[in-house]
Amino acid sequence: MKTETENNTVGPDMARRSFLRYAGIGAASVGLLAATASCHKDHAVTPSAGIDVGAGDTGILNFAYALEQLEAAFYIQVIATPYTGMSPAELTALTSIRDHEILHRNFFKAALGASAIQSLTVDFSSIDFTSRTSVLAQAKAFEDTGVMAYDGAGYLIQNPTYLTLAGKIVSVEARHAALIRDLITPGSFVASDVIDSNGLNNSLTIAQVLPIANTYLKTKVSAASYNYKAS
Amino acid sequence: MNLFKVIEEIEKVDPEFNERISPRRDAIKNITSFGSKVAIAALPFAVATIFKKAYGASSTPTAVNDVLNFALTLEYLESYFYNQGAASSGLIPAADATLYFNQVQADENEHVAFLKSVLGSAAIASPSFDLTAKGTFPNVLTNYTTFLAVANAFEDTGVRAYKGQAVNLIGNQVVLTAALSIHAVEARHASAIRSLRASYGATITPWITGSASVSNDTGIAAINANYGAGASGYPAENNVMQGGVDVTTLASAYGSTTPYNVACEAFDEPLDMTTVVNIVTPFFA
Repeated sequence: MKTETENNTVGPDMARRSFLRYAGIGAASVGLLAATASCHKDHAVTPSAGIDVGAGDTGILNFAYALEQLEAAFYIQVIATPYTGMSPAELTALTSIRDHEILHRNFFKAALGASAIQSLTVDFSSIDFTSRTSVLAQAKAFEDTGVMAYDGAGYLIQNPTYLTLAGKIVSVEARHAALIRDLITPGSFVASDVIDSNGLNNSLTIAQVLPIANTYLKTKVSAASYNYKAS
Repeated sequence: MNLFKVIEEIEKVDPEFNERISPRRDAIKNITSFGSKVAIAALPFAVATIFKKAYGASSTPTAVNDVLNFALTLEYLESYFYNQGAASSGLIPAADATLYFNQVQADENEHVAFLKSVLGSAAIASPSFDLTAKGTFPNVLTNYTTFLAVANAFEDTGVRAYKGQAVNLIGNQVVLTAALSIHAVEARHASAIRSLRASYGATITPWITGSASVSNDTGIAAINANYGAGASGYPAENNVMQGGVDVTTLASAYGSTTPYNVACEAFDEPLDMTTVVNIVTPFFA
């Protein structure tokens, strides 16, 4: 990856570009492509088909709202059609997680009001809801990605109330992630694929998260202000 | 003694802190320009380098070191707790050590190392601790049930403390992202330890639940007393007002409203500095 070393731009955009370059390193180490945004000039990207989260704090909140819509839809399906052999304890836990994600989704919709993006149509055709292995692996991916997304986008939030609200939600997502991981493999709640050797959770940029989310969405979501346009 | 006052205090004594640490600064640009060659494992050391470059190795404001040392002190407490637990023969069942506590212990020791790397020669030595909290938990290192309960309290409090300080780091991509990353790890710990307690019969979930009248679910009176409304106006854990919205009035899978316990569980609450200090002070010898 080439790195710009002579960029003298001053202002918040410079901060964002630098961060994207910086965060791209972490993504490479966890096996994700980091090329999405790390070398872009910060020019405007013209939105095409699909929807865009928008700019500023509204954009970040809509980004979170998109992820919560995805998670809520996933767990609603999980509980509607339980996988073979779901234990009573698992049913209880997954029902609670469903309830939390529905509330996160509905909260963002209420908080955003007229600025909220539309309801998204999901595409879960790649998920086998009858299989415990498939469902829990997908749940792990959603929860871990959610945590890394909130951690990576937090610094872009300018309003203290919104930042605190994001913080209130991300730790609940981390609690979910730890539980799901331990349901799959006991003792994997802080495994080295999500926690670095200095005890810090990995994080992802918006431009890294949305391509993953779009895999499960018929309505493609872009974030032109944050260097990502769905293809 | 105040651990997480770090950044708040930094900004008080150094109003230009955000400017110093911002990527606009040449120092940060230098970091980011070599960033693509640096492995993720080295990121915290890069952060430490940023601190030093932002302030200059020999001119770091004394107050900045003081507040960073406060943070280090809390991590010292947590690492001491888990190190002592691991060293107490017969306390932690071998299977639980392998699956859970060895990892939590390693993470907390890494947090200590991270902060020491930021502070360099200015890092304070570990103070002395009293894990019984002046006799409140006399069997904390001999009774596994007590040890688990105190671990639960430490982790939940850590999550709340980090969350409460996020607003003091607004827009600070390097430090806020690092703080949020530690915050998430503490939440993972809290979840796993709560599940472990449940496996031994405690009535507790991986997430903090409550009701209109119960603000904390850990079953630890000494901690419950501090889980109410914080000194700076932060609400208790059973708060359901989020961003001006009573979230119990929002729809759920159960109808047009959301059950109170779900509203509690879905949002973890921050905690102010003073209340955090009140909670941890008894653990200092």
